[in-house]
Amino acid sequence: MIAFAIKRFVQALGVMLVVALISFLMFRFVGDPVNQLVGVDTSPEDRAALREALGLNDPVLLQFGRFILKAAQFDFGISYQFKQPVASLIASRLPATLELSLVSAFFALAVGIPMGVYTGLYRNTWLARAFLAVSLSGVSLPTFLIGILLIFLVSVNLGWLPSFGRGAVVDLGGVWTTGLLTKSGLLSLILPAITLGLFQMTLIMRLVRGEMLEVLRTDYIKFARARGLSRRAINFGHALKNTLVPVITITGLQLGSIIAFAIITETVFQWPGMGLLFLQAVQNVDIPIMAAYLLLIAFLFVLINFIVDLLYVAVDPRIRLDVRSAG
Amino acid sequence: MGHVTGEQAKAATEAVLPPSRTASFLDSDLWYSFTRSPLAVVSAMVVAVLVLAALFAPLIAPHNPFDPAQISILDSFLPPAWMEGGDPRFLLGTDDQGRDVLSTILFGMRISLAVGFASVVFAMVLGITLGLMAGYLRGWVDTAIMRIADVQLTFPAILIALLVNGVARAWAGPQSYDKAVFFVLVLSIGLSFWVQYGRTVRGSVLVEANKEYVLAARLIGLSSRTIMVKHVLPNVLGPVLVIATINLALAIITEATLSFLGVGVPPTQPSLGTLIRIGNDFLFSGEWWITIFPGITLAVLALSVNLLGDWLRDALNPKLR
Repeated sequence: MIAFAIKRFVQALGVMLVVALISFLMFRFVGDPVNQLVGVDTSPEDRAALREALGLNDPVLLQFGRFILKAAQFDFGISYQFKQPVASLIASRLPATLELSLVSAFFALAVGIPMGVYTGLYRNTWLARAFLAVSLSGVSLPTFLIGILLIFLVSVNLGWLPSFGRGAVVDLGGVWTTGLLTKSGLLSLILPAITLGLFQMTLIMRLVRGEMLEVLRTDYIKFARARGLSRRAINFGHALKNTLVPVITITGLQLGSIIAFAIITETVFQWPGMGLLFLQAVQNVDIPIMAAYLLLIAFLFVLINFIVDLLYVAVDPRIRLDVRSAG
Repeated sequence: MGHVTGEQAKAATEAVLPPSRTASFLDSDLWYSFTRSPLAVVSAMVVAVLVLAALFAPLIAPHNPFDPAQISILDSFLPPAWMEGGDPRFLLGTDDQGRDVLSTILFGMRISLAVGFASVVFAMVLGITLGLMAGYLRGWVDTAIMRIADVQLTFPAILIALLVNGVARAWAGPQSYDKAVFFVLVLSIGLSFWVQYGRTVRGSVLVEANKEYVLAARLIGLSSRTIMVKHVLPNVLGPVLVIATINLALAIITEATLSFLGVGVPPTQPSLGTLIRIGNDFLFSGEWWITIFPGITLAVLALSVNLLGDWLRDALNPKLR
């Protein structure tokens, strides 16, 4: 287990190093950092002084080392468009994105698993077919279109839910803002969370359905039936439990995708999160924000992958055996 | 038809290119399975109609939305023809500049499809080249390519596309960006999709490289490049075509998403995504048709290409079902 964890940790470090290199190259060589920071009327002497002060005349390898050291301390430089430290900009937007992402993931699980179990158990009923048809459109329709359609139906035509912004937020000690404690915050969260989670919901539903179909065919389910256990105990105690390993993996891995796809949902719903910040950075070629966002997302992805790998081993002992025999 | 049926079945199941002659194609399992799947036939017809409509847009569109002489600001915000206040000249209504929505959809679909096709081809060529090299040359080439693929696979395609787009934007500068937008989009979408082809081709090449015909080709002294391109490549193309079909829908969606996010095609030459973005601003003031009709078109297009791809995958690869 420890050998496995260390191996994975080294791999994760490697990935982070590659991503850091890409961010650094972007930061350093795409556009001139000095030109972005000063006005047109700055004299060449001032520019040279700033160049020296920023350390841009040092050897590239040294600059890369400094970039990594600074990034490890959450210092990503100054945003070109906002003239503020990137770290504080991201920190102020992080809560909105994480809240939205976690609620979406919860929605995807809470709706996807029961739907998957139902379609797996009663695969030929019309309701199961309807679920499958809905899931197909969930996979095929682009996220932003689903968002627009939801806004059109629920906000514009029915007027039930707000369609943009976070509603009223509560400040928790200056480091975190939450919309989960106010009514308008909760209402504002519903549509974005559904939009963002729909794809993952259909994915989980199909996964659970497929796994249920496999598991229900196995001998131990037949045996459980022969023992006269209740349907409930068989379906949920035995069958569903054994479908959960892939569900854990996929949900974990998808959590990263949710955070990345939040870029689109946040644009549709004008949700003041990191994704919107990143998109503005792409539009305005604000390289420090882009580089920092890339690093942050990479870190989240690598972290999630790492945790999922370890969880996987913890849940399924067979993998542990494989690793021991292999190394 | 000098073929043995077993061979034909093999050809179809192993997903090689369809037989060259129409007759043998009509006799193949692929065609049989196609005619037996109503969903596939319907989606193929929808795709065909949409592609033809996009191809002949200048001929069939009732207006030219890019000719300033033909559009009038007085016609702006007209609802669809069947609604109250609608104008029979504009079947699906007009947008904020007085452009005919139906015509902009037809022209927009052209751009969406063109970018989609071009990026799939680019991703395919890149992926096949790198996959062939990795699988046939092995060694450090293989390691390097596959490591890059691994790292890239950790991130969603849309994020890669956005990053490539941002970097390209920085390099091109705002003036030349508008001219180069087509290539920037193809580059960003293509670069974010190549991994799947690369991995598939590499996997197939690893299997093929040990087969006797490759050994024979090496024995008679053909160069690695000739063997890779002329002998191995045709035998690994099957799965690639399946991925390409499924990726086409994804590429169209990605282009629409980028354009919707405002980093894609500019409003002067709108694609479906740009049209939806433009219309989105008017959703609340009641002019829903400006965004909903392009949206429906995009949904139908993506859905039918997807269904076609699903069917092709199942038909060519019965084991996957």
